[in-house]
Amino acid sequence: MAIDIKAHITGTIWKIPVKAGDKVEEDDTLVIIESMKMEMPIEAEEDGEIVEVLLEEGSPVQEGDVILRIEED
Amino acid sequence: MNTHDTHQDFSELRNRIRKGGAEKYHEKNTAKGKGFARDRIASLTDSNSFVEDGLFANVGDPKLPADGVITGLARMDGRAVAIMANDFTVKAGSWGIRTVEKIVRIQEQALRYRIPMIYLVDSAGARITDQIQMFPGRRHAGRIFHMQIKLSGLVPQICCLFGPSAAGGAYIPAFCDVVFMTKKNSAMYLGSPRMAEMVIGEKVTLEEMGGARMHTGESGCADFLCKDEDEALTLTKHYLGYFPQHAGDTTPASKEVVAPKSEKIDELIPADEGQLFDVTKVVEQIVDEGSLLQIKKRFAKELFTGLARLNGEVVGVVANNSKHKGGVLFVDSADKGAKFMSLCDAFDIPLLFLVDVPGFMIGSKVEKEGIIRHGAKMLFNMSRSTVPRICVVLRKAYGAGLYAMSGPAFEPDCTIALPQASIAVMGAEAAVNAVYANKIAEVPEAERAEFVEGLRTQYREDINIQKLADELVIDAITPAAELREELIKRFAFAKDKKVEALPKKHGVMPV
Repeated sequence: MAIDIKAHITGTIWKIPVKAGDKVEEDDTLVIIESMKMEMPIEAEEDGEIVEVLLEEGSPVQEGDVILRIEED
Repeated sequence: MNTHDTHQDFSELRNRIRKGGAEKYHEKNTAKGKGFARDRIASLTDSNSFVEDGLFANVGDPKLPADGVITGLARMDGRAVAIMANDFTVKAGSWGIRTVEKIVRIQEQALRYRIPMIYLVDSAGARITDQIQMFPGRRHAGRIFHMQIKLSGLVPQICCLFGPSAAGGAYIPAFCDVVFMTKKNSAMYLGSPRMAEMVIGEKVTLEEMGGARMHTGESGCADFLCKDEDEALTLTKHYLGYFPQHAGDTTPASKEVVAPKSEKIDELIPADEGQLFDVTKVVEQIVDEGSLLQIKKRFAKELFTGLARLNGEVVGVVANNSKHKGGVLFVDSADKGAKFMSLCDAFDIPLLFLVDVPGFMIGSKVEKEGIIRHGAKMLFNMSRSTVPRICVVLRKAYGAGLYAMSGPAFEPDCTIALPQASIAVMGAEAAVNAVYANKIAEVPEAERAEFVEGLRTQYREDINIQKLADELVIDAITPAAELREELIKRFAFAKDKKVEALPKKHGVMPV
C-alpha cells in the first residue's frame, strides 16, 4: 500500500533528495522543509520505494500537505 | 446440613467465583493474547499480599462472578496500593450495579488510606439493562469519575488498558495520571466504529478509532505503547517507583547512583542553530545511568518529557527536542508539557528544563487551533508549580519559548546557560529582517549581503550570553561538562523550598 508522506510543519520545501523509482531505507531523508529559520528533514519510517513526487523544491507547504508517496516493502 | 458441608459448599462456591466466567471466554481471551484479571493482579503485586472486597457480589447469578470486577488492596514492591481489575470473561467486563459500587468503594479506600489507585481496565461498558440502577444516581457510574477527580493529585492513579474502554468508561484512563496501552488489544473511544458508522456514517477500523498506536501517537490520550500485558505491568511497577504514596509524602532517593558514561555533552549539541540534534542523548548524559523513563515518547516529540533520577533523587525533565519539528512548540506539545508539569508539581517532583527552543509555531493553521490558549496553558502550569525548577539554556531560547520553559521571569530557582547559548525575542536572521527590512532594501544589491551580515553580527553581540550574565538576566554560565554536578548541588539546596500559597481557591485555567 502506498503511503502519503506529508509535510510535518508549515514552511517551504527546501530539498527533495529523492525521485520516483528510488529505493529508500528507514531513516533516509525524503524531504527537507525550511521553516522557522531551520531545515527540518522528514525521514522514511520504513524501507520502500518512491512512487510519486507531487511537489517541487521551493513550493510552499501547509502542515499535512502530501509531498510524495512511498510504497513500503 | 452440617458444618463440614457448609464449609465445603463455601469453598466450592468461592473457587467457582475466583475462576471468573465460563471456560469458553477464558479460551477466547487467551487466544487474543490477553491475561485473566486475577493473574494480572498476581503478576503486579507481591505474592499473597492481596485482600479482596466484594468477591461475593451478585453471588446469586452464576453468570456474573464478582459482578465482573475484582477489587482489593495489595502490596507492590512492599507498597500498599488499591486495585480494580475488570474481568473480561464475565460479560465482557461490563458494569452492573454492584460493579460500580465495588469500584467506588475501592476508590474510597484509596482516599481513606492515601494510597495509589491502580485501574486494570478491560470493559465493554455499562450493562444497558441495568442502567437505571447504575447510570444516573449518586453512587452510580458518574461517581467513579468524581472519585477519580477527588483522588487526582492526592494519590498516583495509574491505568493499564488491556481491552476496550468504551463510551463513559473511556474517562477512567482520561482521569488517570498515566495510561499504558497494549499494541494488540487495548482501545478507547466514546463511540465504537460500529456506532460511528450508524450515527455519522464514518467507516474506520478499531485501530484508527481508538487503538494504542493512535492514542499514544496522535491523540495523546495514552502515554505508553506496550508490546504486551507483561511489559505494561512491569512498566507500571517501574513508573510508580518515581512517585510517593500520596501528595506531601516523600519519594525515597535511590541508594545506588551510577553517573552517566561521560560522553561529552558539548559534542552532542551542534553550535550551528540550524543543525538539529536529539536532546534525549543530552538528558541521558545528565541524569543517573539507566534512570530515565520517557513519558508520552510517541506524542508531540518536539517536546521531551521524562522522569529520571539525579544523584538518586527523582526529577522531571522537560526538554525541547530539535530533532523533531526543530523543537518548535505546537498545540500538542504545549498540552503535553502542561500535563507533565502538573503531574510533577502534584507529587513534589522538581523540574529540570533543558531549553533549545525557536519559539511557538506561527501561521494561520496553529492560530485556528488555538496555539495562544494552549501555550497559555503550558505557561500557566509551569508558573503555578511550586516545586524546585531549574532552567538550563542549552543553545537558544527565543520568544515565548523562553517563558514556557520556565524563563527568569517565572521565578525558577535559577537560570543557567551553557557558554554557547543565546536568549532573545528571536534569532539573528529573523530579527535583522524584521527590524531593518526598509534599510536593507535601500542598500544597493551588490552590498546588501555584507550589510545584512554586519547587522547580524551586531545583533549576536547584543544578545551575547556573557552580556546577559553581566545584566544578571541569568544566574550562571556553566560549561556542559560541569552541568550535572552543578544541578545536583543546586537541586539539593532547593529541596526545602517553601512557597507561600496566596489567599485564593485556584487560578482560572486558560483551557
